[in-house]
Amino acid sequence: MTTTVTPQPQAVGAVHRQRGRFAEKAGLRIGERFASPGRIGAIVALVLLAAFWLLPFLWAVVTSFKSETAAAATPVSWVPSDGFTTDAYTRVLREGNIPLWTWNSLITTVAITLITLVVTALAAYAFSRLDFTGRRWLFWGIIASIIIPPQVLIVPLFYEMLTLNLIDTYWALILPQVVHPAMVFILKKFFDQVPIELEDAARIDGAGRLRVFWSIVLPLSRPILAAVSMFVFIGAWNNFLWPFIATSDASLMTLPVGLQTVKSAYGLQYAQVMASAVLAALPLVVVFLFFQRQIIKGFATTGFGGQ
Amino acid sequence: MSSAALDASATGAPPRTTSAEEVRRGEKERKARDNRIGWAFVAPFVVVFVMFLIWPFVHGFYLSFTGESITGAGGQLIGFDNYAEALRDPIMWRSLLNTLWFTVLSTVPLVLVALVLALLVHQGLPGQWLWRLSFFMPFLLASTVAAQIWIWMYNPQLGLVNYMLGAVGVEPIAWLQDPTWAMIAVVVETLWWTVGFNFLLYLTALQNIPEQQFEASALDGAGRWRQLRSITIPQLGPTTVLIAILQVLASLKVFDQIYMMTQGGPGGVTRPTVQYIFEVGFTGYRFGYASAIAYIFFAIIVIVAIGQMRLTTRRSA
Repeated sequence: MTTTVTPQPQAVGAVHRQRGRFAEKAGLRIGERFASPGRIGAIVALVLLAAFWLLPFLWAVVTSFKSETAAAATPVSWVPSDGFTTDAYTRVLREGNIPLWTWNSLITTVAITLITLVVTALAAYAFSRLDFTGRRWLFWGIIASIIIPPQVLIVPLFYEMLTLNLIDTYWALILPQVVHPAMVFILKKFFDQVPIELEDAARIDGAGRLRVFWSIVLPLSRPILAAVSMFVFIGAWNNFLWPFIATSDASLMTLPVGLQTVKSAYGLQYAQVMASAVLAALPLVVVFLFFQRQIIKGFATTGFGGQ
Repeated sequence: MSSAALDASATGAPPRTTSAEEVRRGEKERKARDNRIGWAFVAPFVVVFVMFLIWPFVHGFYLSFTGESITGAGGQLIGFDNYAEALRDPIMWRSLLNTLWFTVLSTVPLVLVALVLALLVHQGLPGQWLWRLSFFMPFLLASTVAAQIWIWMYNPQLGLVNYMLGAVGVEPIAWLQDPTWAMIAVVVETLWWTVGFNFLLYLTALQNIPEQQFEASALDGAGRWRQLRSITIPQLGPTTVLIAILQVLASLKVFDQIYMMTQGGPGGVTRPTVQYIFEVGFTGYRFGYASAIAYIFFAIIVIVAIGQMRLTTRRSA
């Protein structure tokens, strides 16, 4: 029996059902497997840990539905005496810049993801299939550059953006974030496994490299392209340090950067701060709820190469 | 090889009559074409790679030997002055120590807790989606969101942490303002926020352990605990090494959550090196000096990475 690489709940369940049957055959008592003190302890531990991980979310959401008075009232309570309200959300949405920041995040993140995908996939294909001069040293140079932390580049990058006159433009946010050497590596490894015969057949029929790449290699690579896009998208969506440095104009701030200014702007408005945090978290939470399996699989693929 | 043969046949020459000369010419043409197309394909990546990674990397190194500031004054070379200043700078040293301390404090739980969570979830209890959601979801939050939630959790009078500890008789603690607790508080937030990634890598590794090993050992009468110790944990060895390496390198680069939660305080006891680079560069506007600290930081990253590689290759040899 084999398990798949993908963490699928059904597969895990099947494994355990089968293991249970196996235990039965092997003459083990089922009861020992399912109700031993060890197993009960494990279940209790899992429930407690999950509660600890969910509690901050819950607390943030509950606070966001309180009035400011209730949020700042002692003693602390889960249910406010004056009832739940959506005041914090209305105020944040009406007076704050959250829609604008979300828009900025969306524009830059989509641009970053698309550009990254195009430039890395083309390069990875060339490294996988085309024997051009300098291929080896260029590839190793790109691999070696993975060690350079983006944090080291903040000062010279800012200087470069000043020189190019791009500070406080979308381009200053986008361009430095499209360079993902690790993704070139991951895509090249994948292209190496795509059977070359498929391409050869198309090339006999007179298709050029770009054509072959576009209509044969890319469709076959959908899963890995999805994984890479997701990795790049989430990374860019959440990135803080560079957008924080590259924008001083409030109208160009991304969601994470704008949110950082909320705390100081609202003073002690706890419910509004939490409402902003919940609104900022919402898009990815919703996406995750719908595409949980794909996202987890994507991170499992890009994980070791991506950090 | 096969594509060379195909190229030859594509030009219409029957393979039977192909002379050595023609093969060589075909080979040469193929090579020239590969060259042209190959460079055309890598060109877009190379452009952004050079402009936004290699160039700033090289220019930053140059800047570290100048007195460059935002006004453009002091751009002349000043030799190793910046590096000499950095080595005498107590704030720089303190930030390095803070960074190393954070790395030690965070890496151990981020590996161990991830392992425990993955082992517990892998038992296959019902509600798999809920367990995954609980442990992995925080990893998808922006650092700002995670930090704001925890600033609120840690609020001395109104936060949930003190409220719950108060229930068991613990006096309120000002977690983020107290020098003894600030770093611990940041580490707990980091554990909550990022453990999901390591958890996921462990979970994937667990699912790749061949089931036969468990079946065989069950026949030999091994219980679950014994299986865990003699099969599961050893099989996870390589994964643990990789996760630990990645975690150390990630922890060394810490900035976001500390900057947001404590601003490096109180009294600089949590200020990491990246924050100091940021402050020198963007509040002091000393680009040259900030670059020098950045390169000292980079050197440490490289040394740690090489050290880890040495350690792991010796172990597996």
